[in-house]
Amino acid sequence: MQIQHNPGQFSNRRKIVAGIILATSLLLLVQLFLLQIADSSYKTSALSNYLRYVTDYPSRGLIYDRNEDLLVYNEAHYDLMVIPGQVSELDTLEFCDLLGIEVAAFESRLLQARQYSRFRPSVFERQISKTTFAAFQEKLFRYPGFFVQPRTLRKYTYPIATHTFGYVGEAGPNVISNDPYYRPGDYIGVSGVERAYEEQLRGQKGVRIRMVDVHNRDAGSFQEGRYDTLAVAGKDLYATLDGELQLYGERLMQNKRGSIVAIEPSTGEILSLVTSPAFDPGLLVGRQRTRNYRMLQNDSLNPLFNRALMAQYPPGSVFKIINTLIALQEGVINPQTSYGCGGIYHTTGISIRCRSHPSPVNAITGIQYSCNTFSSIIFQNTINQSKFENIQESLQQWRDYVTSFGLGSPFGSDLSYELSGLVVTPDYYDRLYGPRGWRSQTILSLGIGQGELGVTPLQLANMTAAVANRGYYITPHMVKAIDTPDNQNNQFGLANNIEIDREHFETMAEAMRRVMAEGTGSFSAIPDIETAGKTGTVQNPHGENHSVFVAFAPVDDPQIAISVVVENAGYGSVWAAPIASLMIEKYLTREVNRAWFEQRILDASFLTAHPEDAQ
Amino acid sequence: MTPQFNIFKSIDKTVLLLFLAMVTIGWFNIFASEYTEAHRHIFDLGTSYGKQLVWILGAFVLAAAVLTIDIRFFTSFAWVIYVSLLVVLIGVLFFGVEINATRAWFRVGGFAFQPSEIAKYGTILALASMISRTRVKKPDISARMKAFGIILLPAMLVLLQKDVGTTLVFSSFILVLFREGYTGGLVLFFGVVAVSLFVLTLIFNEFIIIGALAAITLIIGFLMRKKSRVIPQLIGLFMLLAVFVYSVDYTFDNILQPHHKARIEVLVYGGADLQGAGYNLHQSKIAIGSGGFAGKGFLQGTQTQFNFIPEQSTDFIFCTVGEEWGFIGSLVIIGLYTSLMIRLLYLAEKQRSVFSRVFGYATTSILFFHFAINIGMTIGLVPVIGIPLPLISYGGSSLWGVTLMLFTFLKLDAHRFEMI
Repeated sequence: MQIQHNPGQFSNRRKIVAGIILATSLLLLVQLFLLQIADSSYKTSALSNYLRYVTDYPSRGLIYDRNEDLLVYNEAHYDLMVIPGQVSELDTLEFCDLLGIEVAAFESRLLQARQYSRFRPSVFERQISKTTFAAFQEKLFRYPGFFVQPRTLRKYTYPIATHTFGYVGEAGPNVISNDPYYRPGDYIGVSGVERAYEEQLRGQKGVRIRMVDVHNRDAGSFQEGRYDTLAVAGKDLYATLDGELQLYGERLMQNKRGSIVAIEPSTGEILSLVTSPAFDPGLLVGRQRTRNYRMLQNDSLNPLFNRALMAQYPPGSVFKIINTLIALQEGVINPQTSYGCGGIYHTTGISIRCRSHPSPVNAITGIQYSCNTFSSIIFQNTINQSKFENIQESLQQWRDYVTSFGLGSPFGSDLSYELSGLVVTPDYYDRLYGPRGWRSQTILSLGIGQGELGVTPLQLANMTAAVANRGYYITPHMVKAIDTPDNQNNQFGLANNIEIDREHFETMAEAMRRVMAEGTGSFSAIPDIETAGKTGTVQNPHGENHSVFVAFAPVDDPQIAISVVVENAGYGSVWAAPIASLMIEKYLTREVNRAWFEQRILDASFLTAHPEDAQ
Repeated sequence: MTPQFNIFKSIDKTVLLLFLAMVTIGWFNIFASEYTEAHRHIFDLGTSYGKQLVWILGAFVLAAAVLTIDIRFFTSFAWVIYVSLLVVLIGVLFFGVEINATRAWFRVGGFAFQPSEIAKYGTILALASMISRTRVKKPDISARMKAFGIILLPAMLVLLQKDVGTTLVFSSFILVLFREGYTGGLVLFFGVVAVSLFVLTLIFNEFIIIGALAAITLIIGFLMRKKSRVIPQLIGLFMLLAVFVYSVDYTFDNILQPHHKARIEVLVYGGADLQGAGYNLHQSKIAIGSGGFAGKGFLQGTQTQFNFIPEQSTDFIFCTVGEEWGFIGSLVIIGLYTSLMIRLLYLAEKQRSVFSRVFGYATTSILFFHFAINIGMTIGLVPVIGIPLPLISYGGSSLWGVTLMLFTFLKLDAHRFEMI
């Protein structure tokens, strides 16, 4: 039996129900369209969810000295890492015992790591020792969530050349925002050679793309490693330094304030760059760095200050070398021109004292006895030459000569934080005295290397190298070869010529030889090594004068040019010259045979009188 | 009944095909959700896709069984089934096991079974029976009370199991009641207004909402000033809504449980707490959103394969569809579901007996609620409510419950020319 269709009186409502269903489906589709097609940001989110970019850090390049002795190398250290989400029950007491920390510290570190991320590794303990690492390695399986990440730290064969090598630190926010290579936690050379050759030393980071699941567990490499890149190890550097000489120089400078710079004249290679007081480069490595750095910053002897590149002194008498060469080149004097010296030089409104020495003197003996009178006369005559319309033009030409020796500007090679020094300009005196307000006697102190002059020890050594080369210098630099000893670093190879004839340099070499043989430096003459030198004593208004000396040897085949500054030590001939002489002997003969002479230097201390105290 | 009655000729092929298509699609997506490189045999009962295969075979047996039952069984035993299911629901409170903080499961061997899924079936039977026996043109107050009682009783028992999601499913019967004239359109209208006001009040200051309501009331009052009769009603309505708005914050802070609040907050204020309450929704949106137009391909979904989404084979199965099959896949699933629901409505309207029609509507309503809420929550349209996507999600109770409803209705439909 069949029944009639009975839709009921509300059958119209079927349309409303169907409408609600269709409208809901449409709403879902609209939202799906927005999510899946209109908005592409979810694709990126999905990628970052499951892809992890694992960085492989290459080992940093090593640094050797010029004799291929290893000076800077890497040592593996281990950071204990934790992934808080994977940490489960463990013997906390035993764990803390191994690590040597308190249980409270354990909990607070774990909490800190958890606050950063439950699924990403945080550093739990930085740079655990080898013994701790060994103990941990055995028991690591009992501490799920913990693992050990190897890192490398710089180590130094000798505690030397700290300022030259510089140090490596974590890249700061500025670096990271300017250079996409660096990520937070990456290391970068902060100063010295580490900074100048950062690109060569660091190598190239490698990236492996790994897939991870929701628990951050490794789920294999992405597309069989198709997009992975291999890490490229950093290149080794061969420094121009002579490690043994550097070590010796630092010993000689102990308990003194000052610096030694030695250069191989024919190549511009810096053989040693000593600043004193210095400190052990190992202090600026690893987790003690910040604390040590603060300690060094607060040290009243200012060991962070690299005197060899940053201290600027008036050159004093050693500057007579340049003034004499200019006078010879300008024809103001010839090698035979001589003037008498009565122990004092008078000119309009000014007089300059000299020491007693045989008179009269010429270009050679003027240097030999460091005669102030001779220097003042030839300087005035150089400035007052009639070929110049005015003194500004004349001083400018003199200045051009001076700067051609590498004075007054930084060399801009691979050295960090060089200061430019100071060579006065005519404008300076114009501003000070008015364009017509100054004469050659106004600026007479320039003639004896005082006044508005500032020279760094590096510039002094370079100037000496230029004399040793008889008229040119190669830009001084720190790195001899990159990657292999044969791969020469040629970027600083060009000669910087000085517009002074070679014959005048020969005259100067002879004068400086006499300084050592029978002049102001004879006390420091080295047996069997013909040396050329020039003493200097820099007036220091704040305390005892600075002792300065420059030299090169052997005179006829110069292997080394050197400058020595010992602050507050008095006469150049007494302290700076002996140090230079010992350095030259050490470098050329590899040993020092003057025991008492050496011991006298090692025993000397000039740290008591601070120049700052007198100010 | 004609002696040569052949169920395979009378059964609605459209619904049957849609059912088979959705169960098949569902199984492949469960497989993708649970698949690992070190995969085991697809019939491995230790995996959910292995188990689901057993559930699906069981569902076929169940369907076949239902089709052989005499249709008078359903009408005659409606109340018996309803009452026994109520007893089971009470029983599970005492003897059931707790899974995911919900005491709603019986466990037999490796299989867990959720009686609340079947409770919906009993409720449909009882409701259909009750409405078909009420021979009045317009349901009076006692009929309405009965209908609400039939729905509320099991709903309350499920709520005692702390299964809020399934409890909410019972609210879908409002569509049936609406169709049968047991509620007016106003109930639906006010339902929508109340939900909107609830959400708006959470976003804006309650006084701004009340102010806006006052403004709307004034405008309507001005437009209807000729009919002075409606003015008091309008003012009454305004007062009612104002009190409602004012109570929202109190309800939210004092009545809802913390994890419910968190889920609503995630939706209303955006995904702030991505590691906590907002994690699921965030990862789910990433999965579906990253699928793009054509999807990443079968077993290629990175969110799916690396398990970024909890509950993915059950409540969040739609993420697998969205990620691996893209917008195309979403369109297919929504298309299949919509076709199924519209087809069921169409069939329900063709029924000559009120019992069958109510049964058809009730089945559609339940499917609709699961469909809208489940997909809506994975794409951030509704708060996360833990209910599965029927026929697609992993889970035997849900599959069997829906199979039972669908095939009972298909059986009723096949016999729609007979007196029941």
